[in-house]
Amino acid sequence: MSARVATGEAGTLSRECGLALLRQMVLIRRFEEKSAELYTVGKIRGFLHLYIGEEAVAVGAMQALTADDNVVATYREHGQALARGIPAGAVMAEMFGKANGCSRGRGGSMHLFDVSRRFFGGHAIVGGGLPVAVGLALADAMQGRRAVTACFFGDGAVAEGEFHESLNLAALWRLPALFLCENNLYAMGTALERHQAQPDVVRKAEADGVPGEAVDGMDVLAVEGATRSAWAAVAGGAGPRLIEARTYRFRAHSMYDPDLYRPKDEIERWKTRDPIPRFTATLRERGLLDDAGLAAIESSVAVEIDGAVAEAEAGPWEPVEDLLKDVYTLPETR
Amino acid sequence: MTKMTYREAARSALRDALRSDPRVFLMGEDVGRYGGAFAVSHGLLAEFGPERVRDTPLSENTFVGAGIGAALGGLRPIVEVMTVNFSLLCLDQIVNNAATLRHMSGGQLSVPIVVRMATGAGRQLAAQHSHSLEGWYAHVPGIKVVAPGTVADARALLLAALREPDPVFVFEHAYLYPMEGEVDETAGPGELGRAAVRREGRDLSVITYGGSLPKALAAADLLAAESIEAEVVDLRSLRPLDTETILTSVAKTHRVLVVDEGWRTGSLAAEVSARIMEGGFYDLDGPVQRLCSAEVPMPYAGHLEAAALPQPATIAAAARAMLRRDG
Repeated sequence: MSARVATGEAGTLSRECGLALLRQMVLIRRFEEKSAELYTVGKIRGFLHLYIGEEAVAVGAMQALTADDNVVATYREHGQALARGIPAGAVMAEMFGKANGCSRGRGGSMHLFDVSRRFFGGHAIVGGGLPVAVGLALADAMQGRRAVTACFFGDGAVAEGEFHESLNLAALWRLPALFLCENNLYAMGTALERHQAQPDVVRKAEADGVPGEAVDGMDVLAVEGATRSAWAAVAGGAGPRLIEARTYRFRAHSMYDPDLYRPKDEIERWKTRDPIPRFTATLRERGLLDDAGLAAIESSVAVEIDGAVAEAEAGPWEPVEDLLKDVYTLPETR
Repeated sequence: MTKMTYREAARSALRDALRSDPRVFLMGEDVGRYGGAFAVSHGLLAEFGPERVRDTPLSENTFVGAGIGAALGGLRPIVEVMTVNFSLLCLDQIVNNAATLRHMSGGQLSVPIVVRMATGAGRQLAAQHSHSLEGWYAHVPGIKVVAPGTVADARALLLAALREPDPVFVFEHAYLYPMEGEVDETAGPGELGRAAVRREGRDLSVITYGGSLPKALAAADLLAAESIEAEVVDLRSLRPLDTETILTSVAKTHRVLVVDEGWRTGSLAAEVSARIMEGGFYDLDGPVQRLCSAEVPMPYAGHLEAAALPQPATIAAAARAMLRRDG
């Protein structure tokens, strides 16, 4: 995770912070492209859900969090993991199923964990992370720690009872929880308006007693700013907040998905709002980035990803004798 | 030793835990102002306040999930789910999170949560409040399952559960709450994972747990009047199962009747039976027999409910039949 630097008003974005945000988005994009490539050659197996198109959400939101905060994410969480500072090599090794992966090869793409960075997964039951996040926030509140629990989830999760139950409980107990809805408009293949009579996520949250705000999820500065304001309210004891980041995934739901349910022109239209070229242009306009600067980011990201793949390739396999390890803290004896 | 009920013994453990460990708190539906649906937590709100005795909304999956999160965050939550039938609403958090997070994170996390719930029939509460599904839970690696069948164990097993670094599910039998017994309130936690021989005998082993234990002991009294000496083994822990104590008893009596209030098909009784086949086959004088609940959603009418459950008379009859056939 890069230094938590306030971007401030649009005009006062520092070069350091701007370049850091751009580099993180580029890192995620290239990491995902490499992951797709490695999936096709069988190095990565299982499900693989790519984050391409949504980078501004994880990067913007994570920039507004502190190291003491907790993060709970979904099965589409490579972006959150990288933005939180989990080394790309540990994430890649996990997807290879290696023992040097961030979950020792027990989790895979959908279950990335790093407790040292307070990154609590990687949850692949839609909505299943929300109650856990509420509990982490409860633990902080009861132990007097000033920390916020940030919980990412998709628009599909708003159909689960746990969404309402969790928002209600967090609001009822005024817990320091920040709910971050990544609304990419599709619950796997079902469009939001095809599964929700009330498709407005902010209105849903408000019905559960949680103030919310919708933000352009293709604009990293907008996400960062909204998260920072919400974080301040939550950390200040105002109770939970929700941010709905309106975004779009440019790739299919997973590598198995033929993507038959989205109009091609819709995808193309969203691609014109790609958060990376858009933020690149912003930085150029403000004189914070030139061709050489962009090339430097691309080349340093390429080096980092090559290193991550090498680390994953070189990593050891967990010995089969350790198959039953970590089912319990102490081995089951009978 | 103090005379108290099973309910009071569970409360005694809760009170001890809340007094001795500031990380412990209790939450669930109506555990506070109401005093608990089965009055187990009666008086705890007044003593410990609403921060540590928390009434929750009727959101089982979320308050159990919040308990899991609170455990990850350094607390020692005790979550009460009103009955095992209601726990089906939180099966997702239990099976997909509580049981998996340690392994799935490569050993980085542990989930020291204790979930208590009432199980079992006998109070004419019909088919949505009376089942015995603890055997399902015992199927799941990553969690531990205990079922106190005595007043002393209602306290000891709950205290033992609170010492575990992993999720423990405590199944309190609803019919046993008013049962009285002697409890040593100065005693520490029992050992989790050990069965107990509640009555010594030489003619057959009756292996059971929870609400069926007092019935098995009553059956043993009936049989003793006919000079049949039944050994009664109380499993106490359904996961892990104490195979060693089971097989020791089998080697002594050579005949086994497993009594389980769960349905027979795919039951815990089946697991016990299979372990005896694997480890004690050559000690047996005859096939292991099972006496379980009738395979029917629990009916309301008292005579039908009674007929659906193992009872002292049916346990004794099953034992007699085994001895007659084998002898």
